[in-house]
Amino acid sequence: MLYNEPSPLETRVVSKRFGMLNSASLDTYLATDGYQAFRKAREMKPEQIVEEVKTSALRGRGGAGFPTGLKWSFVPRTSPHPKYIIVNADESEPGTCKDRLLMEYDPHQMIEGILIAALAVDAHAGYIYIRGEYRYLIEIVDRAIAEAYAKGYLGKNVAGTGFDFDLYTHSGAGAYECGEETALLDSIEGKRGIPRMKPPFPAVAGAWGFPTLLNNVETFSAVPEIIRSGGAAFAALGVPKAGGTRLVCISGHVNRPGVYELPLGYPMLKSIYEVAGGIPGGRKLKAVIPGGSSCPILKASECDIPMDYDTLAKVGSMLGSGGMVVMDETTDMVRLGLRIMRFYAHESCGWCIPCREGTTWLKKILTRMVEGHGQREDVALLGELSKNMLGRTFCALGDAAALPTISIVEKFAEDFEKHLKPEMVMV
Amino acid sequence: MAELVKLTIDGKGVETEKGTLLIEAARQAGIEIPSFCYYEGLTLQAACRMCLVEVEKTPKLQVGCTLPVAEGMVVHTDSATVAGARKGTLEFLLTNHPLDCPVCDKGGECELQDMVFRYGAGESRFVERKVHTDEQQWSPVVYFDAPRCILCYRCVRICNEGMGVNALGVAARGVGSEIIPNFHDHLECDECGACIDICPVGALTSGTYRYQTRPWEMRHAGTICTHCADGCRTTLGVRNDKIIRGNNRDRSGINGEFLCIKGRYGFDFVEHPERLQSPMQRVGDRFEPVSWSRALGTIAEGFATGAKCGVIGSNHTTNEENLFLARFAREGLKTGHIDHHRTGDLATFFDALSGRNEALATTGDLYTAKAVLIVGADLSQQHPLLAFQVRANVRHHAAHVYTVTTGPVREDQQAAASVRVQKGGELAGVESLRDQLKRHEDLVIVFGDAIQGESLRKLVGFGDSLGIPVKYVCLVDYSNSRGAFDMGLIPQSGGMSREQMLAASDLDVLWVVGANPLKSASLAAAGAFVVVQDLFLTETARRADIVLPAASAYEKNGTVTNVCGEVQKLKQAVKVMGTKTDLEIFGLIAKEMGIQWPVASGQWPARPAALPGLIQSAGDTLFTSGSLSRYSKILNSVMEAPGALYSGRWPVAGGQ
Amino acid sequence: MTFSPQLEERFAKMLSIYPPGRERSAVIPMLIYAQDEVGAVTRELVEEVARRCKVTPLQVDEVVGYYSMLHRKPSGKYHVQVCTNISCLLTGGEELYEHAKKKLGIGHKEVTPDGQFSLEEVECMGACSWAPAVEINYDFHHFVTPEKLDQLIEGLRSKH
Ligand SMILES: Cc1cc2nc3c(=O)[nH]c(=O)nc-3n(C[C@H](O)[C@H](O)[C@H](O)COP(=O)(O)O)c2cc1C
Ligand code: SF4
Ligand code: FES
Repeated sequence: MLYNEPSPLETRVVSKRFGMLNSASLDTYLATDGYQAFRKAREMKPEQIVEEVKTSALRGRGGAGFPTGLKWSFVPRTSPHPKYIIVNADESEPGTCKDRLLMEYDPHQMIEGILIAALAVDAHAGYIYIRGEYRYLIEIVDRAIAEAYAKGYLGKNVAGTGFDFDLYTHSGAGAYECGEETALLDSIEGKRGIPRMKPPFPAVAGAWGFPTLLNNVETFSAVPEIIRSGGAAFAALGVPKAGGTRLVCISGHVNRPGVYELPLGYPMLKSIYEVAGGIPGGRKLKAVIPGGSSCPILKASECDIPMDYDTLAKVGSMLGSGGMVVMDETTDMVRLGLRIMRFYAHESCGWCIPCREGTTWLKKILTRMVEGHGQREDVALLGELSKNMLGRTFCALGDAAALPTISIVEKFAEDFEKHLKPEMVMV
Repeated sequence: MAELVKLTIDGKGVETEKGTLLIEAARQAGIEIPSFCYYEGLTLQAACRMCLVEVEKTPKLQVGCTLPVAEGMVVHTDSATVAGARKGTLEFLLTNHPLDCPVCDKGGECELQDMVFRYGAGESRFVERKVHTDEQQWSPVVYFDAPRCILCYRCVRICNEGMGVNALGVAARGVGSEIIPNFHDHLECDECGACIDICPVGALTSGTYRYQTRPWEMRHAGTICTHCADGCRTTLGVRNDKIIRGNNRDRSGINGEFLCIKGRYGFDFVEHPERLQSPMQRVGDRFEPVSWSRALGTIAEGFATGAKCGVIGSNHTTNEENLFLARFAREGLKTGHIDHHRTGDLATFFDALSGRNEALATTGDLYTAKAVLIVGADLSQQHPLLAFQVRANVRHHAAHVYTVTTGPVREDQQAAASVRVQKGGELAGVESLRDQLKRHEDLVIVFGDAIQGESLRKLVGFGDSLGIPVKYVCLVDYSNSRGAFDMGLIPQSGGMSREQMLAASDLDVLWVVGANPLKSASLAAAGAFVVVQDLFLTETARRADIVLPAASAYEKNGTVTNVCGEVQKLKQAVKVMGTKTDLEIFGLIAKEMGIQWPVASGQWPARPAALPGLIQSAGDTLFTSGSLSRYSKILNSVMEAPGALYSGRWPVAGGQ
Repeated sequence: MTFSPQLEERFAKMLSIYPPGRERSAVIPMLIYAQDEVGAVTRELVEEVARRCKVTPLQVDEVVGYYSMLHRKPSGKYHVQVCTNISCLLTGGEELYEHAKKKLGIGHKEVTPDGQFSLEEVECMGACSWAPAVEINYDFHHFVTPEKLDQLIEGLRSKH
């Protein structure tokens, strides 16, 4: 049973098996052209695989949107050291709930994607870092892995092609920051999830100091289709510089919240009003978080745009991780801002000063406001402190905390009025 | 000579080695880029963000402590943006800081205070409640006050990287992040105090120093630690003629800022209540305080009438004193029975090298050598500075370390190979490493008292046979063990060794200066007239007829020679009422005896090829120092031999 | 310390899947699975994990405080985690959390006197499109209303 009804407006590529009977079983997978792509890739030169992925214009689905083919090309495949594949299944960005489905309904698609990446970078072991809260998924993926081993699709001589690859799951234990790729590496090494200095980049010195290819679950899951039908075909589904489809997690004030697979460049308003059935009670749209809580928030008037990386950048936000949060006119942006900041203050790893102290300070100011002790100068202070964090922290979490706050201060000033101490309100 | 690059910092042209970190390049150009977490010699953190600077053609502010300079780089550290960033960072830093400077022990030498003074904002906009936790005591020396901590991670790094102890870590996360000790609520470590010393704020303070003074109320005396033979410089902070602190923040001396617990805290014996402060004469089985003139008179008589005199000198007295004593014995008392507690076979060592001084390693060589071989010694316990040098060498230059010991040693952590041998099997163990050692460009061999006599000659033979430049360190125990030998406190031309003197039933006079031979032996000559100069009424002093109150190394000027032969100056820090330096005392006795000084012959004592008698290290640990440590409160308050490190309960380094 | 055969088997596997000499990588998974069996991360467990993963207890302590799912005090037999992050907030997550507090009579990270239930307000747990969401131990519940939560809790209560 799916968590939400699919929409006829979807383009089902990576989610095409969702809803099938036993969609998570290897038999179903093989019956629906599973492992064709791997066999094809086995015939290709590693460079060709990387080229194909470049052609597909696939960009990282974890949030940063980095061109995947390019990232693969950074791994020194001829290095004498062991190389590792790491799957980022930490899915913790507020508003995001898609990797869950890919692992629950179609784990073998992800596994095949991993195997193809392994061919491309000459890796022979991989680890899927799954957030601790997803225990039931660890069990599902472990079962899928066991099944693949049993039927010869993992381990020695994968699918009879003479290629060896071992795959394991690794449980997190509750830390958003461990989704950050280098913090994840420290975490998988058994340490606190503190991000690492870059360079060196993981591709060169990653897990245990060895070359490491790290991608998001959805990114790997898109790879089999790219190899099977060709990069160009995949690219054609989307827009230039952003190929294919992506899982959009629509949540908040909509009639049919859910995860829907839509092509890159799909109109934002259409996704809200048609795919997700519009806003309950016919209320007006107030704001949209386009790709998870780390993105600057858009006013309703800014939402009439196609959803692709460049357009979102133009309007000063990001496509992020596909977590699209819709807010109607009743939404109190200050309360929302507080909840977002409580999150970042809770998740800051504490390594660097601006984020460690800044998030907590901002949280305290916002708390005071929501409790009705706001002062007018607090509004400006919120903006200023956020800017003092922005671009000055060790990793992107600091920016992720600052950006939405700045957008709230700048775009929704009126929402602060009712939170100021009455006697402070100007007449 | 590495490639040079040109860049511009604040309009100033700077030329420096490629790969230099911007923060260092700026320092070279006399421009300060403020920093907390950056610390020369320790791993980079980029955590505090104080060092943000503007680099043209890069949108974001750049982190000066991790950015390698590049050709043509144009840097601004004095722009409004940078000033704003520093101000902003400090404002964040102060939000959860208690701002309790008036009662903070660090006041006056706090880096945070200085930073805020220079780069901070005048007023605070933080009106929320601060995070607070209570102060904790982790060990006799280490106190931790979390709210003051700015999380620069210096303490963690100096303990892990510098000391190889791994006793500090970071717990929790976000604003709750906190430094924690290795055993949950307390520390089991070397108690070296390096974490306290390196803490830029008042988060880590020392139980021995805190709340005793304001730093500006002290005067300072840079002298040499009187405990082990490594010769660390320790700068003693003195207030009202009382030593209250030892450190080496100014990095003067061969040890940089390194000090172990003995050099940093082991000065408290100076004011121990049992310090001798007046000459004493035996009356029956008691001692009575007597005047100096009475005491000196009795000594002069005793010495003059004695036919067979023995003199046992000290491992702690200065070179000047040792030379003077040796001559006094030979030329004044006309005796060859002179010795001291010998802890390493220097005689054979120098003879085996037959004058090849270039084969004598310096303390610095242990930091630069491509390879170091440690034979029969627990360096971290007995020679903390040498061990520190070796660790730093491995960290900074990837040097190869080899250990040949009877038990586990901390150096095993970093060793390319560790060989465990039975006592006496050292040479065989060394031989087994021949092929590995041969491969290195150069080598320093450090060996303990297990290697002496024939085996020492064999070891030098082995080193010379490797066909690569090899230098040696012959380990000895105490602050001037080396000087005692060099200055001739050794039996010559048929003179008796220390053990022989103690065993000789016909000895008439025994003069013991700053030594405690009767701690472990007894004096055969029941009737001998015994004079002892010391700080305390030791086992030996108790047997004396006359005991004279001597000044310690911290109460005198002069020079001492460390284990590597480096001669360094002592500077008097305090004076203890009633005591005299041994040199003064020698002079007074000579005068009393009517001996004319300076004595005739000016010839330097010759180095004998071999010596009779026992050579044995006292095998002190980090927390012991011959007879002296029992008079140090601090050394007695810490756990004997760090449990966490030597019980084998846990891997010393921990997993990667 | 000894664990159930299943857990021992799991640990044995964990220690085998990382590169040689990298047993430390097993620290976090080992802690969380052990916690599920032991009930909390006790001193004893810290030292046991340290021993098995060839690290110092300090290296384990550093980790325990960092990860929000690891806790030193035992939680209830049923650990009720209510998400109040943005998507849930917008769909009644906070009201749901307040309701849970009343229903169980305990607050954030508290345990009922009978040790049956503990409550925690948690961050986004990846159920945004089916909010508000609650996770009890490791079971997700979506589109949760106060009524639905009551039923869930009663259901668990009546289990014994
Ligand atoms: C604070 C923070 C949290 C992140 N969390 C996640 C996450 O939960 N899952 C994920 O795939 N990427 C996450 N990312 C992005 C990763 O750092 C990385 O860019 C991504 O996993 C790379 O894979 P991709 O190129 O396939 O997107 C996070 C980044 C930051 C800065
Ligand atoms: S910005 Fe700094 S404190 Fe925040 S998560 Fe990144 S490294 Fe940690
Ligand atoms: S000195 Fe550069 S970040 Fe601390």
